[in-house]
Amino acid sequence: MRKLLKFCLVATIAVTGAYSLVHAQSLEVTITAPAGAGGGWDSASRSLQEVMMATGAAKSVQVVNVPGAGGTVGLAQFVGAAKGSPKQLLVAGITLVGASISNASPVDLTQVTPVARLTGDPLVIVVPKDSPIKTMADLKATIAKDVAKTIWVGGSAGGADHILAALVTKGSGQDPAKVNYVAYSGGGESLAAMLGGQATAGVSGYGEWEGQIKSGDLRALAISYPEPIAGIEAQPLKAQGFDIELVNWRGVFAGPGVEGKDLDAIKAAVEKTVKSDRWKEVLKTRGWTDYYAPSDEFKTFIGSETERVRAILTSIGLAN
Amino acid sequence: MDSLFYLFQGFATAIEPANLIYAAVGVIIGTAVGVLPGIGPALTVALLLPVTFKLDPGGSIIMFAGIYYGGMYGGSTTAILLNTPGESASVVTALEGNKMARSGRGGPALATAAIGSFVAALIATIGLAFLAPMLVKVAVKFGPWDYFGLMLIAFVTVSATFGSSPLRGLTSLAFGLWLGLMGIDQLTGQARLTFGVPELLDGVEVTTLAVGLFAIGEALIVASRHLYKPEKPIPVKGSIWMSKDDWKRSWKPWLRGTVIGFPIGALPAGGAEIPTFLSYNVERKLSDKPEEFGHGAIEGVAGPEAANNASAAGTLVPLLTLGLPTSATAAVMLAGFQQYNIQPGPLLFTQHADLVWGLVASLFIANVMLLVLNLPLVGLWVRLLKIPLPWLYAGILVFASMGTIAANPSVVELLLLTGFGVIGFFMRKFDYPIAPAVVGLILGPLADSALRRSMQMSLGDPMILFQHWSSAIMIGIAVIALVAPFLFRGLSRFQQDED
Repeated sequence: MRKLLKFCLVATIAVTGAYSLVHAQSLEVTITAPAGAGGGWDSASRSLQEVMMATGAAKSVQVVNVPGAGGTVGLAQFVGAAKGSPKQLLVAGITLVGASISNASPVDLTQVTPVARLTGDPLVIVVPKDSPIKTMADLKATIAKDVAKTIWVGGSAGGADHILAALVTKGSGQDPAKVNYVAYSGGGESLAAMLGGQATAGVSGYGEWEGQIKSGDLRALAISYPEPIAGIEAQPLKAQGFDIELVNWRGVFAGPGVEGKDLDAIKAAVEKTVKSDRWKEVLKTRGWTDYYAPSDEFKTFIGSETERVRAILTSIGLAN
Repeated sequence: MDSLFYLFQGFATAIEPANLIYAAVGVIIGTAVGVLPGIGPALTVALLLPVTFKLDPGGSIIMFAGIYYGGMYGGSTTAILLNTPGESASVVTALEGNKMARSGRGGPALATAAIGSFVAALIATIGLAFLAPMLVKVAVKFGPWDYFGLMLIAFVTVSATFGSSPLRGLTSLAFGLWLGLMGIDQLTGQARLTFGVPELLDGVEVTTLAVGLFAIGEALIVASRHLYKPEKPIPVKGSIWMSKDDWKRSWKPWLRGTVIGFPIGALPAGGAEIPTFLSYNVERKLSDKPEEFGHGAIEGVAGPEAANNASAAGTLVPLLTLGLPTSATAAVMLAGFQQYNIQPGPLLFTQHADLVWGLVASLFIANVMLLVLNLPLVGLWVRLLKIPLPWLYAGILVFASMGTIAANPSVVELLLLTGFGVIGFFMRKFDYPIAPAVVGLILGPLADSALRRSMQMSLGDPMILFQHWSSAIMIGIAVIALVAPFLFRGLSRFQQDED
């Protein structure tokens, strides 16, 4: 009996020990991924962690996941905890811009300090393989004929996918407030709806549906990137008569009020990381497109992107 | 027959001594972490995925399979022994399993769960090998209207099954449905019933509710009774192994659980919860001793556990054939694949056949390993119940809160857990069944979005639910299941009158 208790005790200590190791406080830098393990921001954070340590840009890097509400829970926590701290970073992207606006969150990305924009992935517009729609012009005609009957599927409401569907509807001369967008929790479920032929068109990150596009199960009409991308057959919307560009970017931020020497040190470490060969390798393995922009440029970008997303979300009725 | 060849090749890789060690280590770590309530297999795998990155692809996937099955088994162990389901899929296991454990039959309960999982995984693996390409064609045709029909069946059977009166069952279900409405609405992105608390924006976590209602509520009840009349630890009665009768009562539920679990698991939004609930209901209806249900019927453990494992194998169908991650665990698996620059999808079977069948073989090996390592430990686990009750329940409280915080480190989560614990206490006190509340929370949001997606696609015409024969049939079954008991009761009364 006593032995058993001892065993339980040891097991408990072992488990808690292992757990606190995973969540130990940072020695050098802690990266907050405002999403659960396995998602895009999480993998970006973990790749950054790996390369920062491999290149010696940082001595030790920890990743902490704070999931919730499209990242706004993590952002709120970060704004409070990382104020003026030279040891805290946050990885976030365009979805967080949209989520802050549509959740009417008291915090948004203009309150933290942009360090660098890292990656930017194209979104893709697809139709089922046996759809009569073959080109963007066909899709435009379909939308113009009956905007409500054009059923779009994609990721969460108010996210980048939804925004692109609204932009294309607007670009086809229709009221974006009328877009019939059926939101799914992720690329997987909306893919099933596409393959099952339940929707007219679908939007997702190109990488998520690449396999189905290459195997011919889905027909890609266009990508949302401003220029053509090597290895992707679908052409940009801009080349097909739509003045639309939308990039699913991810970047890294420091806390509010981080400046001077502290900020310079972080900038230098991140720059060293993203200029390394190891980082280029990571981009290739993960299928990410390089979209690097240094701190100042990124700051301007955040401002304009926030305004743009707010305008679109207001036009589809998801923000006031 | 290429697939058979690759499958054998996969086995050849998986039984290399080094790989067997990886599998054993994975199973042990997985079980250790999986016994924490609130940490299900998906989270276990996500937490431990970095450990596997250091290995070669083969070894990594094998260890990964071990962690996965270990985590799943750990969840059922605590559900049976401590009435603390580690994840939503083992909620049903707790219903009968814990009653068995409390009447001294924890050993057979654990054994039927382990062997049932093994049998189900074995059959489902064979199903995966031969039916995957066919099954997946049906699965993607499943529209939102079909999901709505499936949810209706689940609601009707669940509310009719649990509790001393249908009204109590429905009240509990309504509580769960209300909790399910909380958070950001998936279709419009607007917040519902969050009362300005940002942590509620993602809704109520199923495990928080389940652990709060089951484990904390249970601990409070035991404590309140203990004040007046100290309870003795539960003695282990009879053999800790399954008797001949146990085997006889278990094998059919194993098979039926598999048949229910595998196809529903293969549906892109099927999940593991619906099959476990359905299997429980089927076993209750078919049992020779329906009066034992609610007091520790072994069929009620054997069926749902098999269904749970079979559905886990089922989720591999869309993952491997379409690249569709349909469950949290499948999504983590996808991350594991991507680590090696392998994109699951329609081309995976042709481009990386060796790896796919290697994975299938290692899932199988992990299952065998689990059985080999854990059956001898059943005796040890069961002795856990001999711990004096104050110790045992204090331990449960610690484990429950630790597991919940580990899954989501937040004060709000802990407050919710405590609040649900108190609610669980009163529900028990006033004899309200707990399971329907959990079912409501799991299936409510799914049914909500399925119905609204259907309506969105039909531009608001409700007839879309009946225009598709599949959903029309399922809604018909739900209606019959709802009305039939009343009809039969009326009919038998009529016959009695004639006598």
